[in-house]
Amino acid sequence: MAPVAPRSGDAIFASVEHVNAELFTLTYGAIVRQLLTDLEEVEEVNKQLDQMGYNIGVRLIDEFLAKSNVSRCVDFKETADVIAKVGFKMFLGVGASVTNWDADGTCCSIVLGDNPLVDFVELPDTCQGLYYCNILSGVVRGALEMVSMKTEVTWVRDMLRGDDAFELQVKLLKQVPEEYPYKDDE
Amino acid sequence: MDTNDSLRVASLWHSMHAISQQLSPTVGCLGIELLEADTFDLHCFQSLTGTKFFVVCEPGTQHMEGLLKVIYELYTDYVLKNPFYEMEMPIRCELFDINLSQAIQKDRVALLGR
Repeated sequence: MAPVAPRSGDAIFASVEHVNAELFTLTYGAIVRQLLTDLEEVEEVNKQLDQMGYNIGVRLIDEFLAKSNVSRCVDFKETADVIAKVGFKMFLGVGASVTNWDADGTCCSIVLGDNPLVDFVELPDTCQGLYYCNILSGVVRGALEMVSMKTEVTWVRDMLRGDDAFELQVKLLKQVPEEYPYKDDE
Repeated sequence: MDTNDSLRVASLWHSMHAISQQLSPTVGCLGIELLEADTFDLHCFQSLTGTKFFVVCEPGTQHMEGLLKVIYELYTDYVLKNPFYEMEMPIRCELFDINLSQAIQKDRVALLGR
């Protein structure tokens, strides 16, 4: 069988079943609200959202690979491009762009043009420290960890905090070799 | 085959696959994809996350790469999305079993060739 060509984010988004965007947005809102009630501390909520995202990411990566037919990326630049153009498009229905590369190509920013999670959200004064979309950073971190890249993902711009876009900074910490740690002398 | 048999075959295959990567003269070899024996063929597919899928079939059976890809998709849909499935544990998901047994019906597999 000939290798299958990678599919575009648009094509995959069109072929999978969708849920109503409002239901999705409101469900996420309800989760964040509940976490705020349960954990009380905004900092704890940020952490919990990131952890939830991570748990989603480690499973979601396989669906991404299975449905997009993308093959191994040659470098981190390609990885970032694939996340922005195919990944975000496929799961959230929005495109993103990659900017702000540092000199050694290990740190970049993914800028979201649109973010369906925040459609009805206004941050109250009591929650100024909240990274409302912290689940997304967790997802990216979890997904990349499953393809042997340790990353640190943080929000640098957040429209809910008055910035003009959503910007996610992805920093490659290290690439874990895929081989098992064979030790012949043991 | 019961769960123990499956685990035995899987762990045996896992080791052979790993050894084959080391023994292979090809640089960057990803391990055995097809094992042809007198009485069966074993096709293996490894996802980029390292999960291996393999199918044991009659010698010369066609479209097994396609079937493995379908099974990978079923795994992402019915196993990974099941909140009560724990990663790295044996799969006990009824929906997965149902869809899997449909996918491996002969006439369905034949359609993969198109």
